[in-house]
Amino acid sequence: MAKKRSNAPAVHPAFADVPHEPGAPKPDPVVVAHGILRKFGGLTAVDVDHLEIQRNAITALIGPNGAGKSTLFNLLTGFDRPQNGAWEFNGHSLSSRSPAQVARAGMVRTFQLTKALSRMTVLENMRLGAAGQRGENIFAALLQPLWGAQEEAHTERALALLERFKLLEKKDDYAGELSGGQRKLLEMARALMSEPEIVMLDEPMAGVNPALTESLLDHIVQLRDEGVTVLFVEHDMHMVRRISDWVVVMAEGRIIAEGPPHSVMSNPAVQDAYLGAHHDTDLSEGQ
Amino acid sequence: MDLLIDTLQQLFSPLTAAFAIAAIGLNVHFGLTGLLNMGHAGFMLIGAYGYAIATIQGAPIWLAVIISLAGAGLFALLLGWPTLKLRGDYLAIVTIAAAEMVRLVGRTQALEPWTGASTGITGKEYKEPFEATSPFPERLIPVGPFELHGTASSSWWLTLVSWSVVALLIVLYWLLQRSPWGRVLRGIREDEDAVRSLGKNVYSFKMQALVLGGMIGALGGVSYALGAQVHPDSMGRPTTFLIWTLLLLGGAASVFGPALGSMLFLATQFLVKGVLDVFVPDDIVSAPQAETISLAFVGITLMLLIIFRPQGILGKRRELAING
Ligand SMILES: Nc1ncnc2c1ncn2[C@@H]1O[C@H](COP(=O)(O)OP(=O)(O)OP(=O)(O)O)[C@@H](O)[C@H]1O
Ligand SMILES: [Mg+2]
Repeated sequence: MAKKRSNAPAVHPAFADVPHEPGAPKPDPVVVAHGILRKFGGLTAVDVDHLEIQRNAITALIGPNGAGKSTLFNLLTGFDRPQNGAWEFNGHSLSSRSPAQVARAGMVRTFQLTKALSRMTVLENMRLGAAGQRGENIFAALLQPLWGAQEEAHTERALALLERFKLLEKKDDYAGELSGGQRKLLEMARALMSEPEIVMLDEPMAGVNPALTESLLDHIVQLRDEGVTVLFVEHDMHMVRRISDWVVVMAEGRIIAEGPPHSVMSNPAVQDAYLGAHHDTDLSEGQ
Repeated sequence: MDLLIDTLQQLFSPLTAAFAIAAIGLNVHFGLTGLLNMGHAGFMLIGAYGYAIATIQGAPIWLAVIISLAGAGLFALLLGWPTLKLRGDYLAIVTIAAAEMVRLVGRTQALEPWTGASTGITGKEYKEPFEATSPFPERLIPVGPFELHGTASSSWWLTLVSWSVVALLIVLYWLLQRSPWGRVLRGIREDEDAVRSLGKNVYSFKMQALVLGGMIGALGGVSYALGAQVHPDSMGRPTTFLIWTLLLLGGAASVFGPALGSMLFLATQFLVKGVLDVFVPDDIVSAPQAETISLAFVGITLMLLIIFRPQGILGKRRELAING
């Protein structure tokens, strides 16, 4: 299998002066988390001292299985509550906000285990993602003229996104009839329907075929160029290197390293976390 | 022949309409939103009590209807408040218990002056104002092979009014299920967390559905009371299961399913009882036994449905084939 080699690693300018260490402060953070602790019984799933996510950049969150990446996502988006800690989004505290409030604030996430709404069509899934729908008021719902035009606009955006995610021919199928990879795509497209300020993608490319992955990676880069902040969890190091501007490495609940994608993997702490004693294995060739 | 005509008449009787209305309410709960309401008869009973008691106290019809709607709405808020944040099974348990409580409270001797305790409220105490609005003459009126009174109790007038309500509610359901509001509810039925992650306040939407469906259930109760009487024991758990059967037979989440299910099922049940009464000698199956057998028919139908046609008559097979 031929792999694209990334060219000479160009550090994203925003990160030029950011130290390569856990909890490093960023010039313009959109999310700032501090002292986040989540224990499940005796197991410490997340114990993050400090984390900042740079605005308008692509940050990858990586780490071995069970490192606490998904749990951190759940905490930041209100789906789980930490025992301790505070975090802000755009300077406003999001601690103790409900998932819906977090999403409405502009921070939308996807799930590692996809949550396609099975007995709804692909297009209906997409429309549901749009924010601020007038027809979601029970009284306005009865009067189509009040929301018809808005619905039309949402449908148009949905179709454009579906086209981009190669799901257009599937628009009238039930989401439950899609393959696993297609569901991943649908969920990502649906999250984008609300035009979020930051998208948090939990393993967006797991199960997506490599040819499509390439075009989606381009799409994620394009999202960043349009001003969206992207935070994603991924095990595929090729993808991480290809699109991320910054990498945060977690292991056993803690952030053990931060740095630009081309160098962070050579950090000994990271090699330790991933491979234990097998230091000689070259991580840079993917996993 | 008489039996056949009576059966046909059952198809469009006010009682059938009352159950169709109640089933539309349950369809908002279960079909649209996936809420497991196992105490729908409780909403009907609140509606019936509300209407009857308010009328007896001198309230005009419109006010009596509003009172019964408000009663059911309040009941829904009370039930939903602690349970809708939890998994669906909790709502099921709480609704079973709460509906039983409504029935038992209605039966308590202490409330006898209002509810008539276990004897209930007889029709003549509250039907008069509604019957007075009838434009039809006060006598039996034959229409084709069917004959009903113009105004009294299960009359042509009540038939007309209650089926108009059914029609209006079908339109209401249709409008809502195709709207973005209905789409959120269907999303909640599929996966609450996904809907949360898209910024929708799931709790509020579930509450709206619970209140709306409950109010529609109360209208079913009012309609039932106008054709019969208010009697706590006639709206217990068996009635809830009957409404579930009607809904599942017609097809949950379908627009016409609840009405169709009610018509087919209640007419068939009537026919079964009639056949047992007329053709089977009394020493083999007595009249009370025929009644019991026709009730057992509810359970058997429900089982057969779930085994052979889980999507009901109007439900979409394709939708059901999808799991997860
Ligand atoms: N609801 C829960 N109850 C108990 N333990 C949990 C729960 N959720 C997660 N954990 C534990 O917390 C730890 C972190 O899990 P998490 O899902 O965050 O890992 P992850 O980094 O996303 O892993 P993966 O890469 O495999 O998805 C694991 O040890 C897991 O067993
Ligand atoms: Mg995970």
